[in-house]
Amino acid sequence: MKAPSFAYAKARSLAEAFDLLERPGARVLAGGQSLIPSLNMRLAAPELLVDIGALPFREVQLRDGALRVGALVTHAALERSREVAERAPLLAEAARHVAHPAIRNRGTLGGSLALADPAAEYPAVALALEATLVLQGRGGERRVPASAFFKGLFETDLRAGEIVAAVELPAAERWAFRELARRHGDYAIVGLAGAARGAARRIAFFGVGATPVLAVHAAGETTLEGAQKALEKDLRPAADLYHSAATKLHLAKVLLARAWTQLSTSH
Amino acid sequence: MDPALDITLTVNGTAVTRRVAARQHLVDFLRDELGLTGSHVGCEHGVCGACTVRVNGEIVRGCLMLAVQADGCRVETVEGLSDSQELAKLQKAFHEHNALQCGFCTPGMLMAAQDLLASGKKPSREDIRAHISGNYCRCTGYQSIVDAIEQVIRG
Amino acid sequence: MGKAELPLHAPGTQLDRGYIGQSVPRPNAQRLLQGRGAFIDDLRFPRLAHVAFFRSPYAHARIKNLQLEAARKSPGVIGVFDGRAVAEYCTPWIAVLAHLKGIRSPAQHAIALERACWQGEACAAVVAESRSQAEDAVALIEAEWQELPVVVDMEAALEGKTVIHPDLGDNICFKREFDTGGVDEAFARADVVVEETFHFGRHTGVCLEGRAILADYNAGEHSLTVYQATQAPHMMQDVFSRHLGIPEANVRVITKDVGGSFGIKVHVYPDEMATAALSVMLRRPVKFVADRLESFVSDIHAREHRCKVRLAASKGGEILAFELDDLTAIGPYSVYPRTSGIEGNQVVNLTGGPYRHQKYRAKMHVVFTNKNVTCQYRAVGHPIAVALTEGIVDIAARKLGMDPAEFRRRNLIADDAYPYTFPTGLKFEKLSHHKTLDLLLRTMNYPALRAEQENLRKRNIYRGIGLAAMIEVTNPSPAFYGVGGARISAQDGATLRLEPTGMLTVMCSVTEQGQGTEAVFAQIAASAVGVSLDKVRVITGDTGVTPYGGGTWASRGAGIGGEAVLQAGRALRANILDIAAAILKADKAELDVRGNQIIHRLTSEEKIPLSEVGRVAYFRPDTLPQQFQSELTVTRHYTPREYPFTFTNGIQASWLEVDPDTGFVRLLRHWCVEDAGTVINPMLVDEQIRGGVVQGIGAALYEECLYGPEGQILNGNMADYLVPMAGEMPDIVCAHVETPTRQSQLGAKGVGEAGTAGAPGAIMNAINDALAPLGARVTAMPFTPEKILKALGKV
Repeated sequence: MKAPSFAYAKARSLAEAFDLLERPGARVLAGGQSLIPSLNMRLAAPELLVDIGALPFREVQLRDGALRVGALVTHAALERSREVAERAPLLAEAARHVAHPAIRNRGTLGGSLALADPAAEYPAVALALEATLVLQGRGGERRVPASAFFKGLFETDLRAGEIVAAVELPAAERWAFRELARRHGDYAIVGLAGAARGAARRIAFFGVGATPVLAVHAAGETTLEGAQKALEKDLRPAADLYHSAATKLHLAKVLLARAWTQLSTSH
Repeated sequence: MDPALDITLTVNGTAVTRRVAARQHLVDFLRDELGLTGSHVGCEHGVCGACTVRVNGEIVRGCLMLAVQADGCRVETVEGLSDSQELAKLQKAFHEHNALQCGFCTPGMLMAAQDLLASGKKPSREDIRAHISGNYCRCTGYQSIVDAIEQVIRG
Repeated sequence: MGKAELPLHAPGTQLDRGYIGQSVPRPNAQRLLQGRGAFIDDLRFPRLAHVAFFRSPYAHARIKNLQLEAARKSPGVIGVFDGRAVAEYCTPWIAVLAHLKGIRSPAQHAIALERACWQGEACAAVVAESRSQAEDAVALIEAEWQELPVVVDMEAALEGKTVIHPDLGDNICFKREFDTGGVDEAFARADVVVEETFHFGRHTGVCLEGRAILADYNAGEHSLTVYQATQAPHMMQDVFSRHLGIPEANVRVITKDVGGSFGIKVHVYPDEMATAALSVMLRRPVKFVADRLESFVSDIHAREHRCKVRLAASKGGEILAFELDDLTAIGPYSVYPRTSGIEGNQVVNLTGGPYRHQKYRAKMHVVFTNKNVTCQYRAVGHPIAVALTEGIVDIAARKLGMDPAEFRRRNLIADDAYPYTFPTGLKFEKLSHHKTLDLLLRTMNYPALRAEQENLRKRNIYRGIGLAAMIEVTNPSPAFYGVGGARISAQDGATLRLEPTGMLTVMCSVTEQGQGTEAVFAQIAASAVGVSLDKVRVITGDTGVTPYGGGTWASRGAGIGGEAVLQAGRALRANILDIAAAILKADKAELDVRGNQIIHRLTSEEKIPLSEVGRVAYFRPDTLPQQFQSELTVTRHYTPREYPFTFTNGIQASWLEVDPDTGFVRLLRHWCVEDAGTVINPMLVDEQIRGGVVQGIGAALYEECLYGPEGQILNGNMADYLVPMAGEMPDIVCAHVETPTRQSQLGAKGVGEAGTAGAPGAIMNAINDALAPLGARVTAMPFTPEKILKALGKV
């Protein structure tokens, strides 16, 4: 399947990127690992791809107690990074589950967050850690908490002309990541990204709806049994091609059980 | 009406300048413009791994990268890595174990395997399987491929 | 036989099988390892045009008002053609064969004329300078569609309230009944009767290389050369000749490297016929490569069955009878030229295969639906017949309280019972069911696994062992297709030529898709003639070069093509010795060929190299006796004559663990013991088995073409259709028993499909064995976590 015709321009500066993105039919090209297959399948027909790969969004640094990761940092770099392993191990673990090595060398953190695939790992990680997405637009920087960023199926709070520049991830004391997939690297059937600070747990599920879902009721329970029951209030999963809604809910409960200890006690 | 750009890149050690359609992906560019047909097209979704090539030292899916994105990059394909002998040990092991049948997945599989070897890690059989889990093979059932890679790792 | 030839070894000398039985690495793999193969899409031709197809988005609709003008004006477009335009160059076909009594199918055209009958059927063709430009133009084609009622469900198709082809009156393509008689009596007197309904999900081959064809018509000589990824070039030569109206010898079909086939690429595809027709029409080379999305809606699908099976047994554990009701759904057309009735026919023939029972009754219906067409795919009906047989056998064993291996032992045909005629009329020359069962149980250490299973159950870990015994059709005679009128050859030929420098060229009509055909022929030829392997060059896949033959299908390459190579090799050796005797003025009976040398047969003294024989024969015949004519090229053909099918036998086992919380299955290990007669290259045989097993695993756990109620494929892409990948596959242990067939000197039977035939049944039985303590059973492949959780009552 060959992509339809489009123009291409590489932005050499943020200002140039904003100029290019104002053109009709312009779309951001970062890693391209989700955009290019959709072009190959003629599911999208942009007029102009704006390659932001040269923009300075590749930092991994500690800032005000949170780890700030640039949007263009690749999954592979996240996997390898010592700072991410130390400061945001949940993110490092999630990165290991994204597709396969060749994809991880190109796909980016920002790209995954901006696409907001319901079965993707990072949106749930961002939700669990209470991350802040740092967006850049012509008017300047805009900071949006993860809880307000993911709004619907492939729908985020990104406004026209805005780019994800970085993500700030506060530290967590305990964390857990679990994913169920039929094969290595597949999109998750159901997944769990959890983080805990003190007595408070934030448990985000992915693959359970249009967006990642924070299981607030389950997280507030003190026993696993109670939490699994409460999950029925938190999640209304939709069926997918292979799994009924009931199966998704059941699997979510199983993942909760497998992550419970990790999230509940210090290690 | 097909927007095109000039790109200059190094392919298997040789500098190349071409005018390419913006929409042409890297593996089509290598195959159709440069005649390097060793990298194959199997799905154009990025799932099967048949198009795996090396860009700036990292393996990538050739179908998920535009040729224009490879401007200024160093690209290596199976032909280059064969001629430089970098793949020699793996190719010998693959041959001895019959880790290929139709050969269509083989260039991509060798790229993935070489990536694992170059990492310097000492992977277990499970690790090997995980590393090549993004390369589809319909012929071998994978075991002989794992055996071949394991043999090269053990030295 | 009967022509002048020598045995592989002379009486009195040491038995020398040469390379036969050796695990030699394949010589032709080297270029593939460097990415220097030549697949069809790698070929470059002057003025090469590319075709893309406008495919029906509807499963059943009348095509009204196809608007092609905008497409014609699109950049790079050479032409846009509808069904009528292509029909002027390509006649339609009807895929029926006389020996499948009553089989029916409407005529099918290369491009649909008035009506699209499945989502994905080609309704127009765009030829352009590049594939991209062709696809751009396809996007500009518009059509008005009159949607017609869609038949998707097989039971509904059988019921026939909506008939897809009104002229046929119902949706039945083919039906068959079989009855040995005495079945009701057997069931009546049985102590145990078990019954189950098994479902098998429709799935497809997913060859990594898409179907590919490059047709090159030369108007100057009314000739057509077709480069095609096909398993059967001579068959295609005949098809192109008849349907395009080009004399047979003016058509040349050449196969280059083929990126996987497994039966997918042995059929006649309308889009490929259209491609060839367009080359004739446009008088230039035209190429078509099916991309991944169109592969899912146009490559043949297979194996959609609903099977109700009953088994009657005595309380002593003797199987008395099987009864089968098989319903299978194909597409709207039977596929040409092998028909889509064969798979169901095989299920009827092969059910109960390994066992001693005498009573059997079956009824089978093959019904048309508005889903993609189906036809033969690796192992054809075997995976279904084996799974339903072995599935019901396990159920019976459980009801009788017998160990499944022991129950099988009691019922497998005895190893000394041959020749044997099976209830459905199949004739077995000589099988080794008991030997293979014993070897399997020993190799896998069955008692130890049972003990481990028992221990782990106490810790709520659920592992299962599943067995699947099987028979397999190989080396078929014309009984498969020829008798029905198909111009499909069941014989093959090999031409061996000694080159002047002493190298050996082998040209054989069997083809290579990666299984190692060329390596096996090199081994046989080298052994038969007496040269070293590095002196041999094999050429396959060219109707202009090789003898006429059938190609590769039904596991016939080694057994039939190999035999032709062997016989030709022996005859060539005799001719070489004639020349050597003349050169040396010696007695031919004292000479032999070994290691590229003419040697003294008894002392092994080297006399002259083969290159000297070549030099004299080709360049200095003036030095030989006046009456002497050298003949260094020999051709032999071979077809099995005694048995319509040469059956093999084998048995597989799966050891796996089911997670009762998630329904996930973890494959721990797999075994296959196979008797395929003489094994020429053990490594290649094992690798065929392994690849086949993993395809069977795909059927059992992962693969299904899912359709919605309107006949739309729901998962027709590589992300949603799940194929087995390395991370989840087990190691597969292979072992062999060798019972050579007496029909040939080589004694080789076929083995290419064995892995796929037995694996699904073994996996199913293992899952059910794991789930047994939990009171759950699964019967519908693929066994997804959803199905397992449902069986467990968890959802």
